[in-house]
Amino acid sequence: MVVDLEYMASLVPVILRYVPLTLGMAIISMAIALVLAAALAIVRVLRVPVADRIVAVYISFFRGTPLLVQLFLFYYGLPQLLPAARSIDGVTAAVIGLTLHFSAYMAESIRGAILGIDRSQWEAGASVGMTELQLMRRIILPQAARVAAPTLLNYFIDLIKSTSLAFTLGVTEMMGAAQKEAAGSFRYLEAFLVVALIYWAIVEALSFVQRRMEVRLARAFVR
Amino acid sequence: MSCDTGIRIEGLLKRFGERTILDRINLDIAPGERIVIIGPSGTGKSTLLRCLAFLDRPDAGLIGVGDLEVEASKASRREILALRRRTAFVFQNYALFANKTARQNITEALTVVKRMSQADADARADAILAEIGLADRGDAYPAALSGGQQQRVGIGRAMALEAELMLVDEPTSALDPEWVGEVLDLLRRVAAHQTMLIVTHEMQFAREIADRILFMDGGRIVEEGPPAAIFERPQDARLQTFLRRVG
Repeated sequence: MVVDLEYMASLVPVILRYVPLTLGMAIISMAIALVLAAALAIVRVLRVPVADRIVAVYISFFRGTPLLVQLFLFYYGLPQLLPAARSIDGVTAAVIGLTLHFSAYMAESIRGAILGIDRSQWEAGASVGMTELQLMRRIILPQAARVAAPTLLNYFIDLIKSTSLAFTLGVTEMMGAAQKEAAGSFRYLEAFLVVALIYWAIVEALSFVQRRMEVRLARAFVR
Repeated sequence: MSCDTGIRIEGLLKRFGERTILDRINLDIAPGERIVIIGPSGTGKSTLLRCLAFLDRPDAGLIGVGDLEVEASKASRREILALRRRTAFVFQNYALFANKTARQNITEALTVVKRMSQADADARADAILAEIGLADRGDAYPAALSGGQQQRVGIGRAMALEAELMLVDEPTSALDPEWVGEVLDLLRRVAAHQTMLIVTHEMQFAREIADRILFMDGGRIVEEGPPAAIFERPQDARLQTFLRRVG
């Protein structure tokens, strides 16, 4: 038989041990990226002088260059610039890279969602004397979040898969573990198939949550 | 002028590109006065209201509410905010906060802007919900309310602010005919103790509620006076034509 199913089955528990690391990196990156993205989007929407230009360049850079290149810049390049970054480990570099990269994408989708909110919502808030930030935080962002939620969850799914790139920074996550196992057994197909199946299962589970969430989010607005 | 009650508007000017929408409007409003603005569409009635709350930014002129005076051409963020906190606005399209319940629409500005405690704001909201006939709908989101109910919440939200001037912009224009009556009834009750500037096409309502009627055409106040004078002895030819058309 070409594919050794028994070997594959024996690998599953080995690889599964690295799921917490993968999800940990993804969740931490997502949490920070969300806050950062909201702040970036607000700066752009309110056209905050100077900051608006800086944020535009930031978003352009992180969307315009490959994630892998960004990770290498943080892991291998940063220590050259900042001696303090010399002790940076692969996981930290990966989390920083993933956070900055995805915050740029998510900022754009949050900005789009904010701009899609009806003008009457801004006028109503202004008419009762709310400041722009109060209006943003209490009226606009909650409505924009509902619009942006499906897209943001898609980015989260993308982010989870992108943690596999931490392998290139020497991090032993699912991909790294599979590589090590395969190096001993020369069964590369089985090892990487197991990794693929585990990623697939995680993403499918999330897609299920995503569908449930969309129904819930819509509930407040229906009769 | 240095009187510090009432509302003073001097030389209010608004242009959209080449077009002059408000052509140096002058208007004094006494405390408690109810003024209704009538006139053909596109003559600047709504723009006048929107400029007074800086929803549209006037190009020049002076707006005074109580002891606050704002020079439109150089109004700062802080001045604009101060002005908005002395006025309340009722929108043609209701403009309720879509992510807030009816009660929250009323409490939102009380807690966030006026720094009232949640308990005090809720108590006030419940009193207002009762007054606008929606005591049992406080937890409903705007999408679950009829047009008439939404506009009553919009009026309730404005009432809660206890503003020195309530600006009411065509409150029934977006409503199905069946809801017009209840909204006008509520406005009549509110008008008993509220300084108001109302734009409406409901002539009967205007006649009942107004202390003074302004007829606007081409960005100017062409004629003004008590309802009896305006409706029974219109002087300006444009007003006569307008009244014949809506009559």
